[in-house]
Amino acid sequence: MEIFVQQVVSGLATGGIYAALALALVMIYQATDVVNFAQGEMAMFATYLCWTMLNAGVPYWGAFVGTLVLAFLGGVIVERVVIRPVEGAPILSIVIVTLGLLVIFNSVAGWIWSYVQKPFPSPFPSTPVKAGNIFFGSHDIGQIFVTLIVLACIWMFFKFTPLGLAMRAAAHNPVSSRLVGIRVGWMLAMGWGLAAVFGAVAGMMVAPVLTLEPNMMGGVQIYAFAGATLGGFTSPGGAVLGGFIVGVVENLVGTYVSFIGTELKFTVALGMIIVVLLVKPTGLFGTRIVKRV
Amino acid sequence: MGSRAPRVLLVLAILAVACVLPFTVSNFRLFQFTQVYIYAIAILGLNMLTGYNGQFSLGHGAFYAMGAYVSAIMMDKWNIHYAWTIPVAGVLCLIVGFLFGLPALRLEGLYLALATFSLALAVPQILKYFEHWTGGSQGLVLSKPGAPFGIKLNPDQWLYFVTLAVMALLFWLSANLLRGRVGRAIVAIRDNHIAAEAMGVNTSLYKSLVFGVSAAYTGVAGALSASAIAYVAPDSFNIFLSITLLIGAVIGGLASISGAVFGAFFIQFVPNWAQDISKAAPWAIFGIFLIVFMYVMPFGIAGAIRLLWIRTRRSRVALTPEARDTAHSQAPRTT
Repeated sequence: MEIFVQQVVSGLATGGIYAALALALVMIYQATDVVNFAQGEMAMFATYLCWTMLNAGVPYWGAFVGTLVLAFLGGVIVERVVIRPVEGAPILSIVIVTLGLLVIFNSVAGWIWSYVQKPFPSPFPSTPVKAGNIFFGSHDIGQIFVTLIVLACIWMFFKFTPLGLAMRAAAHNPVSSRLVGIRVGWMLAMGWGLAAVFGAVAGMMVAPVLTLEPNMMGGVQIYAFAGATLGGFTSPGGAVLGGFIVGVVENLVGTYVSFIGTELKFTVALGMIIVVLLVKPTGLFGTRIVKRV
Repeated sequence: MGSRAPRVLLVLAILAVACVLPFTVSNFRLFQFTQVYIYAIAILGLNMLTGYNGQFSLGHGAFYAMGAYVSAIMMDKWNIHYAWTIPVAGVLCLIVGFLFGLPALRLEGLYLALATFSLALAVPQILKYFEHWTGGSQGLVLSKPGAPFGIKLNPDQWLYFVTLAVMALLFWLSANLLRGRVGRAIVAIRDNHIAAEAMGVNTSLYKSLVFGVSAAYTGVAGALSASAIAYVAPDSFNIFLSITLLIGAVIGGLASISGAVFGAFFIQFVPNWAQDISKAAPWAIFGIFLIVFMYVMPFGIAGAIRLLWIRTRRSRVALTPEARDTAHSQAPRTT
């Protein structure tokens, strides 16, 4: 029972990472109908920026905030420069462009910082937290809190600020939004910026566990895909929940199904994606998109 | 496009050059050309699926890996002659591709991209897991097959000719397939699947079959690569292999048979030139090329050549919208 609780908690911790990245994917998907295959690599790149700042002697939370700002700007620039020219192009073209981004971020990171694994500090103490007679890793607990805080902030931003409302409107109905004076193009760019911020949070939280290297986010991204698919690509809340569920399932399966262990991690995610797509392609909370032909 | 005679002559001329090549260049260079042909086969497979049929696959590296491992395991564990392993790899990939295509039918556009992307990520792990068969992360070391019947060719030259022959056969098959009734049905599904269905095309069957055939081509390419490199290891079949194949298809030109060859040359030789700058540089260049091509040459090298050809032939007549349409009529219109 203790092992079970421990595994669920650490599943929630990794699930939070998946949830943040899944939310980033879903936000971009809702606003522009694009699945950004480079989301994980952008997060990895932001984490390297944080690492560079930490090495230059910036205190952790300063570097954390600095990275979020840089990630936001980076996301906006990527949308303006790279994605905008293919706006309205066939899906294949857009997917190929995001794959191009994936490759560029990955190789440039390898170029600048090399492929050697780098340790990344955790902002939380290394002593475990004790609740009753069960021990939890401090980083796990801290990670869950950070994710929840970020999610709460973003929820309030979209719910209670005029800018958030404008962004939702731009994603929901671009034509009408333009008519009432919302600058839809910039709203989409800001959506990319915010998505990059979630990615950066996920990257900085997962780096102490996985150690920093250019291919670090591959596994995280496939689980984020699984989470977003499970929750539904049309539902941000669903994607967050999906991310948490996927994290817990991954951990429990790894612990209790002996022949899988950690060696078939990706295969488990692949299985989850395929099962969800076969059984309920819209995901748990998604709505079916009906198109007129 | 006028009479077929000049085109047949052109193909024969290229084949003649390809046959003389092994006696004029070094073995290493020759190995690179063998690799180009192997990539060309794989890219043609992907192109049939993505370019002609409009289905995504970001995971064709998985079928390439499967072909390579089927061939390698048959040679290594059961001492079967490599020539037999190639058709077996093709047939197995055909079956697996067809079966993967069945559920994939329900998945449109992005979801298919997601599913195949995850497949590509999962492959190295699966290969490492079945260590007993695949040799785990160490992989399997094979021996390079030599020329039979006392033909005076070294192994590299012999493999070059085998690959060339397989490639010629497969290209001829797919050209015939795509030109006929079946080909029109495949393209009709891409352009408007509802209209195709209304015309009596069995879309589900065709889509699964195209997936299967496409996987079979890529599997054959994988099997050939196992013999050519004489070594298979899980980490050479990672997600970047799948992306490489897609890059080849896009840069060569989607929905174009000759495009597969251009694309193969690109992915084989461009990284070599870029490697001198940095280990990571080839990929940065790939990525930039990929994005730039999407902006300025969405029909790839083959599309650009076709457009140039039409322009020069009709230089006296102003380029009418109809002419431009013919130039683009082969290009994919996935939505």
